Amino acid sequence: MISVVSRVLWVCLSVMVSSAACAGPRIEHWQTANGARVYFVAAPEIPMIDVRVVFAAGSARDGAHAGVANLASGLLSEGAGELDADAFNDKLSASGAIIGFGAERDMGGANLRMLADDKSAQSALELFVLALSKPRFDAAAIERDKAQTLVGLKHKAQSAGAVAEDLFYASLYPGHPYGAPPDGTASSVSALTRDDIQAFHRQYYVARNAVIALVGAIDRARATAIAEQISQALPQGERAPSLPPVAAAQAQDKHVDFPSIQSHVMLGEPGIKRGDPDYFPLLVGNHALGGNALVSILFNEVRNKRGLSYSVSSAFVAMAEAGPFIAELQTDRKQQDQALAVLRDTLGDFIEHGPPPGSIEAARQNLVDGFPLRVASNQQIAEYAAMIGFYDLPLDYLETFTTHVAAVTPAAVKDAFARRVPLAGLTTVVVGRKANDEPAP
Amino acid sequence: MRCLPLGAMLCCALFCLSAEADPRTHEFMLDNGLKLVVQEDHRAHVAVVQVWYRVGSSYEHDGVTGVSHALEHMMFKGTKRLGPGKFSATVAAHGGRQNAFTTADYTAYYEEWSADNVELSFDLEADRMRNLIIDDAEFKKEINVVLEERRMRTDDSPQSLAVEANEAVAYLTSPYRYPVIGWEADIKNMTAADLRAWYQRWYGPNNAIVVVVGDVAPDAVHALAKKYFGPLAKSDIAPPKPRPEIPQTGTKRVTLNSSKAHVPYLVMGYKAPVLAQAVRGEGVAEWEPYALDVLAAMLTGDDSARLKRNLVRGSEVASSVSAGIESGARLPTLFFFNAVPAEGVTLEKLEQAIVAEVNGLASHPPTAAELERIKTQVVADTVFQRDSQSHEAMTIGALEAVGLGWKYRDTYVDRIKAVNAEQVLAVAKKYLVPQGLTVAYLLPEQAP
Repeated sequence: MISVVSRVLWVCLSVMVSSAACAGPRIEHWQTANGARVYFVAAPEIPMIDVRVVFAAGSARDGAHAGVANLASGLLSEGAGELDADAFNDKLSASGAIIGFGAERDMGGANLRMLADDKSAQSALELFVLALSKPRFDAAAIERDKAQTLVGLKHKAQSAGAVAEDLFYASLYPGHPYGAPPDGTASSVSALTRDDIQAFHRQYYVARNAVIALVGAIDRARATAIAEQISQALPQGERAPSLPPVAAAQAQDKHVDFPSIQSHVMLGEPGIKRGDPDYFPLLVGNHALGGNALVSILFNEVRNKRGLSYSVSSAFVAMAEAGPFIAELQTDRKQQDQALAVLRDTLGDFIEHGPPPGSIEAARQNLVDGFPLRVASNQQIAEYAAMIGFYDLPLDYLETFTTHVAAVTPAAVKDAFARRVPLAGLTTVVVGRKANDEPAP
Repeated sequence: MRCLPLGAMLCCALFCLSAEADPRTHEFMLDNGLKLVVQEDHRAHVAVVQVWYRVGSSYEHDGVTGVSHALEHMMFKGTKRLGPGKFSATVAAHGGRQNAFTTADYTAYYEEWSADNVELSFDLEADRMRNLIIDDAEFKKEINVVLEERRMRTDDSPQSLAVEANEAVAYLTSPYRYPVIGWEADIKNMTAADLRAWYQRWYGPNNAIVVVVGDVAPDAVHALAKKYFGPLAKSDIAPPKPRPEIPQTGTKRVTLNSSKAHVPYLVMGYKAPVLAQAVRGEGVAEWEPYALDVLAAMLTGDDSARLKRNLVRGSEVASSVSAGIESGARLPTLFFFNAVPAEGVTLEKLEQAIVAEVNGLASHPPTAAELERIKTQVVADTVFQRDSQSHEAMTIGALEAVGLGWKYRDTYVDRIKAVNAEQVLAVAKKYLVPQGLTVAYLLPEQAP
């Protein structure tokens, strides 16, 4: 009954529009002496503290070294300061705290969950700060992590869904940093050197490039002290420059022969940035279309009416630059043409003719009434606080969320989808049966 | 509508460090045998309502494997009062999240929403507990969805196939040999009549547990439970006939040669006891399952654990490795190891390295520091896990569904703290033995 699994705190950095929102936790914001942005929410009920530190240090910053962001974050727990990997992990384990590291396209960073009492918090924080600021990047650890990443890439190649996702991003973002897979490729990872990793860490794991979110049973004074302790260990540095803008959609049709029973089907094109003026109409519209599990239009058409797929959904992944709109499903390769046609027709109908009567009202109500669930835990609040900071969203983002949702009209949804998801720009990726192959065996 | 693998779930959520039952938790029994457990959490005005049924794939038999899970899907397809899809639409219209899951030991349904909607949950759940309609046409569509689910979770995942094969080979007579989602042929040949019979046999108030965690008043919830579930008639529930696993007398092996796999994979499972056996008086000392939990934590609980230190770092024979045991399961289970070898390392060598770590326990017994770390973490987890209402409810429901009762949660920390090094060695020596071992190798094979 010991939860072996629960000791692993994953840094889940993906932020989908379809899972945004919150009611009213009051966020306090300030900057540390050397320029880190701090977002704090007091949550006195449980004697624990969540710390989330994110940097503009995702794979979009990899440059010529695809996979370096991923490797740099993964190596933070492999020894720091005077402590080698064994010593570091022994001390962390003894503190009772949980630390997770990770990187995706926009962000890289770390989470810490610790007990709020002084003794536990002090030892955990020291280790956390050491990992962020003085990782050793030992040669042996680098070789080991590279080897593990290469095994991970081979494992990814077993999955139609993972192959489809990489191909989808590559197709939507040719020449843009979002087009490369966050974990790199076999050749790019093999070529990474200690210098590459250190240079990446030196440039991006710096105070001015950091957002520190704190949620827990602490007051403002203690939050200030914790933020300073983290921030002062980092060089001041500079905030990472903006990413290049995303080029307009170029529709493509990609079919990959893959020996899976199910084909993985993805439709989409570049969508929206965080803070986009069309954010709320697209959020509400997508909730009706494919965001709200079990009751969305896509779920009804593909699964309830026709039994074509177990999982079918759509989402806008709002990012620093235009993240993708994605509609996807998996289905037996024998019926992929039918499933793809239903997916295309349903989406096309929604965009051309606007949302069906009543669907936007229902989506709005679900989002508004379901809003308290989205900020019911400290972990969720910490994720939102970090997101608000990272993407420079207004501090009252959560407090005004339901007002913005409630103001969305069906006409606004139709207008936003027509402009932002032009049907002529949709790329199709199918990994499974090639289009013109016989639909057997 | 998720289907959790055997052994997915019982992560104990604990917060009460004394052996006293948690004062926030209240239990009630209705006259018709329905058990209600309510736990207060007033941080936000939300609540989770879960309805658990004591039925899952370990209640099934050959030919109808997967029937519990298929029935779970059909529970969203209409009652005498509500047409297909109306249940989900009603929950969605009130801002709710909803889903369900099936394991070997139980099937559970849940809604998460404003605490004001607990009454609506009870109304809807009481209705489908008794008045489900399993329509032939709806079933015909939905069973295809279940087949797609099996393809997605298992048939297109070489590692899942290896785990499934390992369990099917490890258990000869125990119903834990069946995959929760069922064998493909059984799903294909399932009928609406199979589901109706299963529903009649297992769904009734006296085979159900209702768990509510949230911003609620226990007595008010009790009153609502009496109003909505109280009038439901009891069922005749005959417990499943015992199908004990016959003793294993030697290592079993299964190899999967897969042209779809690119990475080899090792699964090892040792027959091991569970807490419910100790409670039922089946010859298991009560400390043994706790000692097995400590052993699992020592081996792969976090990045300081022995297999991480010695096999992932150290000798670098493993790219990744995990171990564990579902000590909260209903029936005897497996103490398992899953591992991916480092590039160029054979599965034989990886298996030998894991066995060497197990055998090496006698000469390198658990240190005081190791035991102290594990106990510190268990105490910290009791605090951390309070952050998730659904996790709290899940722990209560699972303990009730396997016959242990939720109060076992509150004694967990003390029991773990009481485990000593000799006990850890004793369970390793007794259960992690070749006679009880089943090994699955997944070997990549070039496509012809």
